[in-house]
Amino acid sequence: MSAHSIDIHRVAKLARLELSDDEATHYAAQLHRVLDHMDTLAKLDLSGVEPTSHALPVYDVVRPDEARPGFSQAQALSNAPKSVLDQFQIPKVIE
Amino acid sequence: MSLTSLSLTELRQKLTTKEISAADLVRDVASTIEARNPVLGAYLTWDLDAALKEAETADLTQPLGGLPIAIKDNINVEGQPCTCGSKILAENYTAPYTATAIQNLRQAGAIPFGRLNMDEFAMGSSTENSALGVTRNPAALDRIPGGSSGGSASSVAGGIALAALGSDTGGSIRQPAALCGCVGMKPTYGRVSRFGLIAFASSLDQIGPITRSVADAALLTNHLCGFDPRDSTSLKESVPDFTAVLGRDIKGLRIGLPKEYFIDGLHPDVEASVRKGIAKLEALGAHIEEISLPHTEAGVATYYVLAPAEASANLARFDGVRYGHRSSSANDLMEHYLKSRSEGFGPEVKRRILLGTYVLSSGYYDAYYLQAQKARTLIRDDFTKAFEKVDVIVSPTSPTPAHKLGELIGDPLQAYLEDVFTIPANLAGLPAISVPCGTIAHEGANLPVGLQFITKALDEATLFQAAHAFEVG
Repeated sequence: MSAHSIDIHRVAKLARLELSDDEATHYAAQLHRVLDHMDTLAKLDLSGVEPTSHALPVYDVVRPDEARPGFSQAQALSNAPKSVLDQFQIPKVIE
Repeated sequence: MSLTSLSLTELRQKLTTKEISAADLVRDVASTIEARNPVLGAYLTWDLDAALKEAETADLTQPLGGLPIAIKDNINVEGQPCTCGSKILAENYTAPYTATAIQNLRQAGAIPFGRLNMDEFAMGSSTENSALGVTRNPAALDRIPGGSSGGSASSVAGGIALAALGSDTGGSIRQPAALCGCVGMKPTYGRVSRFGLIAFASSLDQIGPITRSVADAALLTNHLCGFDPRDSTSLKESVPDFTAVLGRDIKGLRIGLPKEYFIDGLHPDVEASVRKGIAKLEALGAHIEEISLPHTEAGVATYYVLAPAEASANLARFDGVRYGHRSSSANDLMEHYLKSRSEGFGPEVKRRILLGTYVLSSGYYDAYYLQAQKARTLIRDDFTKAFEKVDVIVSPTSPTPAHKLGELIGDPLQAYLEDVFTIPANLAGLPAISVPCGTIAHEGANLPVGLQFITKALDEATLFQAAHAFEVG
C-alpha cells in the first residue's frame, strides 16, 4: 500500500483533463507507485543545496524592445479548429 | 545496391562529382521507404514532391548539399505536418514556421525529407506511446526500436534514411540508437536551438543527430549548432569543426567508469559487451579508471519530477482553440478544455501531465519540485567533480537490450527506471553519444548494445574523438 494519497479528480481538474472513474482508479494506482519511488529524494541531505533550474548558467536574456516580423493574422489562424471574423472562436462565456 | 547504404561523406562525393543528382538520391531514399516502411513503421509521412522540388535548388557546394535528412515529427518544417505522434496534432496541424535547426541544415544544403514516428510528445522509451502507429526494431521486428526517437533510429538502422534528427530529453536519441544499432548524439544543452522543437521539458530537451557512423554524426552536428536569439537558452559559443578530430588517437585519454552504472539491474550480457568495449578503449591507449557519481540513483526520481512538471506547463498550450484537436461535444469553455484535451492526449501523456500537475500543486511543490531541483544540483556537481579527474565518462547506454513490443506496457515505473544511464547527462546539460558496441544473442535474436560516452559541457570534440576511435578501432 502506498503512503501517498492523491486526490486524482482534483489534480485532473487542475490539469484540465477529464477522467472516467476507471481511468481515475488506474492512474491513481500508477502514480502512487511512481511517487513511492520519488521518496528516494526525501532521503537525500539537501540542506544548504541551491536548486538548479537550468543546467548551464544563462540568465536574464533580453532582446531590444523593438518590433520585429511575426505571424500575419492569416498565418496565426491557419491551424485554428474554428475561427470567425478573423479571430479564434471559443464557446460562449458570457450569457 | 541502394545509395542509402553509403555514408554521408561518400554520398557527398558522388553528388559533387555529379555521378548522382540530389533528385536521384531523394528518389532512391523514397523507393527504400516505400519498400520497407510498411514493415518498419518508422515514417509517418513523406512528401516526395516537396523534397524533389528542394533537390532542384539545393546548393551542392555546401557541406550537406543534396542530402535528404529525415526528421522526428516534433520539429516544425513549414508546410509539413508535425504530429508529435499525437492525435491532438494529427488531424489538422500544418507547421506554420520552420525550426532553426532545420533552417541551419537547409543553409548547409540538406533537404528535410520525411516525418518520423515517436512516443507521443517524446514521452516514452519504446515508441509504443505513439498514437499513430507501431514502429519496429530492424534488428528484430517483434521488438521495440526504443524511444522516444524510435522512428529516427529504426529508419537509420533499417537503411531507409541516410541520417535523421531526433530529440533527447532523458535519453530519447541515445537509447533508441543503442537498441537499433546506430549512433545517436545529444549535444550540450543550449548548443542547438530549440526554436521550432515542440517542447516537452524545456530545461532538458535538445535536438541531435541519429546516424550510421560517428563521422556522419559529427558532420551533421557541425550544421545543427549555433547561437539563436529566438531561443533564450541558446549558448553564445563558437562551434568548432567536429569532423577535424576524427582519426585522432586516444592515447592517454582519461576515461572514467562510474561504479554506480554497473549495477544489479544491468543485463549480464549487456555488461559483458560493454566490458569488451572498455577493454578495446584500453587497448587503444586510453587510461581507464573507476570513478563515482554518488547521486546516480536519485537521477530517475529527479527527472520524473522535473520533466513531467515542465511538460504539464508546456502542454497547457493545447487548449483546442489555436491549433490541434477541438472537441465537438462541449457546451461551455471548461468542458471545451476538458474534452478537447482528454480526447486528444493518449495515456502516457495524461499520466505525465497528472504527475507534473501534482508535483507543482500547492502543498507538494516544496516536497517534490524544489527537492528535485536541489537533487539536480547534486547530480550536476557529481559530474563537475568527476571531470576534474577524467576527460570522458563511459557507460552502458541502456541496462537491457530491446524489449518485445508490449512487454512493458502497463508498468510505467519499470519503463522509467530503464532510463537510469541516460537521464543524468540531460539533468547536467552534458553532451553524450551512444555508439554500437556489438550484439548479444538474446531469446533467439541478435540484439544491438550501445556504449555511451559523456564529456563535460561544450566538449563535443573530445566526445567525437573518443567515439570515433572506438568505432573504427
